[in-house]
Amino acid sequence: MSVVREAIVADADDEADGAMAEGAAAERANDRAKAGPKILPIVEGLVLLAALLAPLVLQDYLTVFATRVIILALFALSFDLVWGYAGIMSFGQALFFGSAGYGVALLARDLNVTNIFLVLPAGTLIGLTFALLLGGFLLLGRHPSSVIFVSLGTLTGSYAADRLARGWYYLGGQNGIPSIAPMSLGSYDFTEGPAFYYLVLGILVVVYLLCRFLVRSQFGLALAGLRENEQRIAFFGYKAQHLKAIIFTIGGAVAGLAGSLYAFHEGFVWPNMVGVVVSTQVVLYVLFGGSGTLIGAVIGAVIVEGVSFWLSDNYRDIWPIILGLLLLLVILFRPLGLISFVLGERERVGSFGAKIKENVKETRNAP
Amino acid sequence: MLLEAAGIKKVFGKLTALDGAALSVGENEFHGLIGPNGSGKSTLMKCIAGAEVPTQGKVSFVNTDITAFTPTERARAGMSLKFQITSVLPSLTLYDNILLALQAQSSLFDLVFSRTRGALHDQVMTMLTQFRLADRAFDAAAALSHGQQQWLEIAMALAGKPKLLLLDEPTGGMSLEERRVTGELLQPIKQHCSLVIVEHDLDFIRDICDRLTVLDQGKVLASGTVSEIQANQSVQEIYLRRA
Repeated sequence: MSVVREAIVADADDEADGAMAEGAAAERANDRAKAGPKILPIVEGLVLLAALLAPLVLQDYLTVFATRVIILALFALSFDLVWGYAGIMSFGQALFFGSAGYGVALLARDLNVTNIFLVLPAGTLIGLTFALLLGGFLLLGRHPSSVIFVSLGTLTGSYAADRLARGWYYLGGQNGIPSIAPMSLGSYDFTEGPAFYYLVLGILVVVYLLCRFLVRSQFGLALAGLRENEQRIAFFGYKAQHLKAIIFTIGGAVAGLAGSLYAFHEGFVWPNMVGVVVSTQVVLYVLFGGSGTLIGAVIGAVIVEGVSFWLSDNYRDIWPIILGLLLLLVILFRPLGLISFVLGERERVGSFGAKIKENVKETRNAP
Repeated sequence: MLLEAAGIKKVFGKLTALDGAALSVGENEFHGLIGPNGSGKSTLMKCIAGAEVPTQGKVSFVNTDITAFTPTERARAGMSLKFQITSVLPSLTLYDNILLALQAQSSLFDLVFSRTRGALHDQVMTMLTQFRLADRAFDAAAALSHGQQQWLEIAMALAGKPKLLLLDEPTGGMSLEERRVTGELLQPIKQHCSLVIVEHDLDFIRDICDRLTVLDQGKVLASGTVSEIQANQSVQEIYLRRA
């Protein structure tokens, strides 16, 4: 017992200069944390610069291709939020992408609605609603749902939507809905080309920044907890299922936005767009580029699509095999994706108290 | 009584892990749960914490029946748990581990717009200082020694100012010195929190606890103050004779 008593006395002594010790400790920790340059903003800047310059150097048909890739990168962001940040295995992300595509195609075909300020919010809302319904069903149980239940549930949803689209005459059956009128703003029509490219790039940048804000907020910290140990954070008092349903719904909204842009850019929608193939494709983008980083998802979409494009031109018959092997190699040797070649683990996960750190330093130095 | 568990029965297939076990803990009481391996200590902890649902029996906490509460609901009622297996979030910094625990009851709006981050800063640093981890605040938790990870986890479990903290083997895998420090670290929390500790180190338990409950084969063998238990003949026979 005397040991404990001594310790308590010692503790009291500690507390006397506690405030000072605390400040000094924080600063020491601070200095250690500040070592090393920040890679992520550099990568983001370079990617943005390349994206801004692309139409100036690319031939016209390649600008059209690049527009498609940017839209798919937006779609990749949606899956990255859900899987890379929250750890929810959604194998049916195309359901939200494709249903929004079909939705805006029907708006254009049946109601002649093509105004950009109507169709894009409509598409986003469709993605959001479908994700809310499916996510509510799969994730909002009283007890946490298993990974298998969620992945099979989303997969089944996507598969069922594909079959439904194929069989439903109103949706054009196997052929989908062709010749969608272009998206418009007043009398201006957005057709394939640099204008469309910069429009989707602008949207990607805005959505990217919003996602970046979200994943770096305290909500992002809760997501990191969810991803790493769902049970643990439930014992802290987090409503883990609610967090999951919310991020799943946001992911659905982003996928819906991407899907409506895709429908207008391609000028048609077809059943694959809601199906398992496209759902798997987006998983590959994110795994390839690096899940859990937003820029990784964008890079993954660009590289997978770029390499497929080049391979299919040059190795007409065997390109899917080469692509498959490449993906396998990356996933085997770089499970954190291509981004992990330049980005360390610590920076990838990030620091949520970061802003505070700087404030601490300032207030400590002030007097 | 702060916590009252009575008639707890837990059956796993053909194995009866708990057979009418009971536990009561008062306010500001440190209560040790001891017993030989397989006596059902950890299972009883899990039934109280909500990690397992008892087959029979009732758990009440602050005069509320919480038997059917989820872990989230129990946490919000003021109960906290440190797992037997360390489950700090290894890739996050120590600072963020504590912040994660502290912000658990912030509203969604506050989380999205990071509105409680500033206000919680002092609490994060106080917790880290209290558990002697402040100078490593911005290192990843994975870089800590095993003992330090246990302290971090205790700090996280205490962050939400629980009324009751359940500690499953807090000194598992610790050196003698680390055990001594753990005892010191736990003493001050008595002012605002009760404790249930499952622990194999009987010296540690004796030093820190007010009352003990001894389990044997899923039943309560004895319950009382430390000296009562030490004097108890049947407890000595099955257990304390080794100490």
